[in-house]
Amino acid sequence: MASLVGSRVERKEDKRFLTGKGRYTADINLANQTYAIFVRSPHARASIKKINIDKALKSSGVVSILTGKEIADDKIGGLIAGWAIRSEDGTEMKCPGNPPLAKDNVNFVGDPVAVVIAESLAEAKDAAEKVEVDYKVLKAVTSTADAMNGDTIHEGIDKNLCFDWLLGDRQKVKEAFDKADKVISIDIINNRLIPNAMEPRACVADYNAASEEITLYTTSQNPHLSRLIMSAFGNVAPEHKLRVVAPDVGGGFGSKINVYNEDIVCSWAAKKINRAIKWVAERSESFLTDIHGRDHVTHAELAVTKDGKFLGFKNETIANLGAYARVFGTVTPTYLFGPCATGVYEIPAAYTNVKAVYTNTAPVDAYRGAGRPEATYTIERLVEKASMELGIDKTELRIKNFPTAFPFKQTLVHTVDSGDYVAGMEKAKQMADYKGFEARRKESEAKGKLRGIGVTSYFEACGIAPSAAVMSLGCGVGLWESAEVRFNPTGQVTVYTGSHSHGQSHQTTFAQIAADELGVPIENIDIVHGDTDKGTFGMGTYGSRSLAVGGIAIVNACKKIVEKGKRVTAKMLEANPEDVEFKDGEFIVSKSNKKKTIGEVAFACYLPGVRDEMKSPLPEGDEPGLKETSFYDPSNFSFPAGTHIAEVEIDPETGHVKLEKYTACDDFGRIINPMVVEGQVHGGLAQGIGQALYENAEYDETGQLMTGSYMDYTMPRADNFPEFNIGYTCTHATTNPLGVKGCGEAGAIAAPPTVMNAVIDALGGQEVTMPATAEKVWKACKNLKKSNAKAA
Amino acid sequence: MKDFNYHSAKDSKEASKLASSSSAFLAGGMTTIPSMKLGLATYKDLIDIKNIKKLSGIKVSGKSVTIGAATKHVEVSNSKDVKKAIPSLSSLAEGIGDPQVRNRGTIGGSIANNDPSADYPSACIALNATIHTNERKIEAAKFFKGMFETALKKGELIEAIEFQIPEKSSYQKHPNPASRYAIVGVYVAKHKGDVNVAVTGAKSCVYNDKEMSKALSGNFSSSSIDGMDLDSSEMNTDMHASAEFRASLVVTQAKKAVDAC
Repeated sequence: MASLVGSRVERKEDKRFLTGKGRYTADINLANQTYAIFVRSPHARASIKKINIDKALKSSGVVSILTGKEIADDKIGGLIAGWAIRSEDGTEMKCPGNPPLAKDNVNFVGDPVAVVIAESLAEAKDAAEKVEVDYKVLKAVTSTADAMNGDTIHEGIDKNLCFDWLLGDRQKVKEAFDKADKVISIDIINNRLIPNAMEPRACVADYNAASEEITLYTTSQNPHLSRLIMSAFGNVAPEHKLRVVAPDVGGGFGSKINVYNEDIVCSWAAKKINRAIKWVAERSESFLTDIHGRDHVTHAELAVTKDGKFLGFKNETIANLGAYARVFGTVTPTYLFGPCATGVYEIPAAYTNVKAVYTNTAPVDAYRGAGRPEATYTIERLVEKASMELGIDKTELRIKNFPTAFPFKQTLVHTVDSGDYVAGMEKAKQMADYKGFEARRKESEAKGKLRGIGVTSYFEACGIAPSAAVMSLGCGVGLWESAEVRFNPTGQVTVYTGSHSHGQSHQTTFAQIAADELGVPIENIDIVHGDTDKGTFGMGTYGSRSLAVGGIAIVNACKKIVEKGKRVTAKMLEANPEDVEFKDGEFIVSKSNKKKTIGEVAFACYLPGVRDEMKSPLPEGDEPGLKETSFYDPSNFSFPAGTHIAEVEIDPETGHVKLEKYTACDDFGRIINPMVVEGQVHGGLAQGIGQALYENAEYDETGQLMTGSYMDYTMPRADNFPEFNIGYTCTHATTNPLGVKGCGEAGAIAAPPTVMNAVIDALGGQEVTMPATAEKVWKACKNLKKSNAKAA
Repeated sequence: MKDFNYHSAKDSKEASKLASSSSAFLAGGMTTIPSMKLGLATYKDLIDIKNIKKLSGIKVSGKSVTIGAATKHVEVSNSKDVKKAIPSLSSLAEGIGDPQVRNRGTIGGSIANNDPSADYPSACIALNATIHTNERKIEAAKFFKGMFETALKKGELIEAIEFQIPEKSSYQKHPNPASRYAIVGVYVAKHKGDVNVAVTGAKSCVYNDKEMSKALSGNFSSSSIDGMDLDSSEMNTDMHASAEFRASLVVTQAKKAVDAC
């Protein structure tokens, strides 16, 4: 039987998605359900003086109106930060309360203050307009850079500072800088983004008065984790009385990791009114209230020798948390950011200092790449600038500072098990025709255009992550993953995974893995996820962890099945278990022609007897049935890496940046399904290029979101991109049995600095901030023209 | 969206009769429907004019191209007759919004709405269009009154737009990257005798840039407007482009249009 791992198996999920038969949360309608509309703050910062619901209650079809007072009276808990971060001075981070419905204060536009539940959506909307909230509007704090100087948003949190965190050694860095021939420094902004999953958030909550169980259908990347948080912190219901189902989910990108206000409010209210409640976000609510991403202001410095060896690295960053600290809000700008900020280089001394600040904007949390795009942007913009200032070719300078051996003990935290960065660079250069660039630049010049080339070499730490490691760094949970492999008596297999697919193709890739491990045809394998009443507790999908953690749990569970199969076969065929080999779905007694198929073994395990004989196929100590579980805790993060190269052409008259070529050469370890990986790379690149050239979430000084619709928030479109030139190098991860590393975030991590390095190269080294919009580039072109004229 | 009454009119007369102070005509609905969904507009009655046969279709004579008001953008962009007579008009239609918008949005709707960044108003100005309504004929130059404001009276319905076929023409748009409306769009048309340089997106309403028209009427070459420093004081400023950038883009796009003629 040919191995399915490594082949372009067509996606099992495509049929239902492409024929409109996916079942998303908004497709779920329950008998006698009601509809919820949230009354949200129109102000970025205000205290609530009074809420009058009298008129609204009289509105047609209203079932109930609930406010922050009722939720507080019922002792329903608020939303939480999942990682505890300690400041450099040893103090714990400072987090404000975040009730699901604001009672006394609102802290961003969109903060919910009440929920209106009615018989129809139209009636709920009408009534919501009649809820009168009397606000005392306060001065908003919206700027990341100036947040520490603004009014105090949350009582008791001075300077709006959640923590002031340090990773690394300031003294060592100072010594390294003292020895430097040259110091390269940059000031950069990592622009704020809105995740924009295709499916808006939604939830349907149902209460069963007989079993006293709440069922919540919701758009989540991690239903078990949601249940845990809602139960342990939200006090909504004990875990055994709370079922969370995340059915088909149309994209998450990190924005659906969090438990949101609406999940808690609808679950609590469904029990209170003893009716099902449905809520579906409108797109404008998604813009305002989904978590946002990035939003860093950074000053960084690189100490170098004149021949281009890196000696030291400094990174001073202010990270915007938005109004509240949420699940991954505090780890994203710290442990997911700092360790990766020294990039793929041997730098003897480094530190990263992050001041995380509150502002009156939507909460900022993990968005595709989470911390690693910000880290890569910092180091790769710095290295590119160093190459310009030192006059050393940008690829040579990088190679000069790559690690020479693996495992590579990276400066701050990680030990990278495997990789070959030089091979990746050489292949990327060849794919991109790096040598031919100068000729292409001249061609552009002849047309009156400016052409630039940009390079990024990145690594990232994903497959999060060893429980002991992350819990030692403040994580509230362990980041293992579970799998359960169940044979049916007639030979089909159901695999329950704690990972969650919201576009990642688990139904296909996980089935490929199980098919290879068990020798069962892929069509006889079903992957089940997303329901806390099915399968074992799981930690969910984010941080490119599904395959490198969840996939390995499946492998391990399958291996346990095979081990039991060997014992059963030995008993049935009267052989020694050690003499039974398993290959392509058959248990074979070595040096004999005696064998059993895995289907026969499964059948025997469930029907362990024969007529007229007192005989069991089960060895002593083995129970009937064929079902195994694995909880896999990885021994390390995984470390994808690669080199990307972009070429842009700029029209100096209009400032239009055309991305002419984009080459991505990535090392993801072993690839399970190349087609799926290409899809992940394409999606990541689209988001990364989107950050560099198009996307930007902008608030005005009063805290109103200026980019609250697709009329103003620029989502990239297919015609913004060239045909992507994608290739791979492959060094297997040594820390897991499949040798896999993870591919979901690479594009979003590498693309922003790659594209910006090309833009800035075309502009003769002039800095522009992301996104490099036409007007910014046009201004830079005018400056370039002026300075060229002066020089001439 | 608030409830409303839906009417499907069988002819212009019926449509006009149904019109009231709380009604709107519905063609493609590309602006009307989103405005209602967002609560920015509320109507008691929507009068659908898509089923009025007379309002759809394209006629070409020796001197002009006449397009029915309910003709969709995709029909204009795909029309062989338009491509032959005024290729720039066909390519303008091809650049509006996205395929979904082009498959529903209509020329009459676009003109009646008179969005300051819409594409079609510039074609009307540049191509000396005549707007045919159920009551009268209006010259384009007198039709577009200001931001979202036209010469149309309540209940007056656009039936067709008649474009004069120029000797040469081109429309060049610098699109808003998000909405794909024009940040600046310049429609240059060279007619026998004079040149029109119609500009959309730059100010609160489409206009004919007299200075550039004059320069190009004298010498129809991009060099005659190169480096022209336009007054930006009345130009729009928003998060996508400052007035200064728009002023520069008007000249750049006009030059491109002349070069493309």
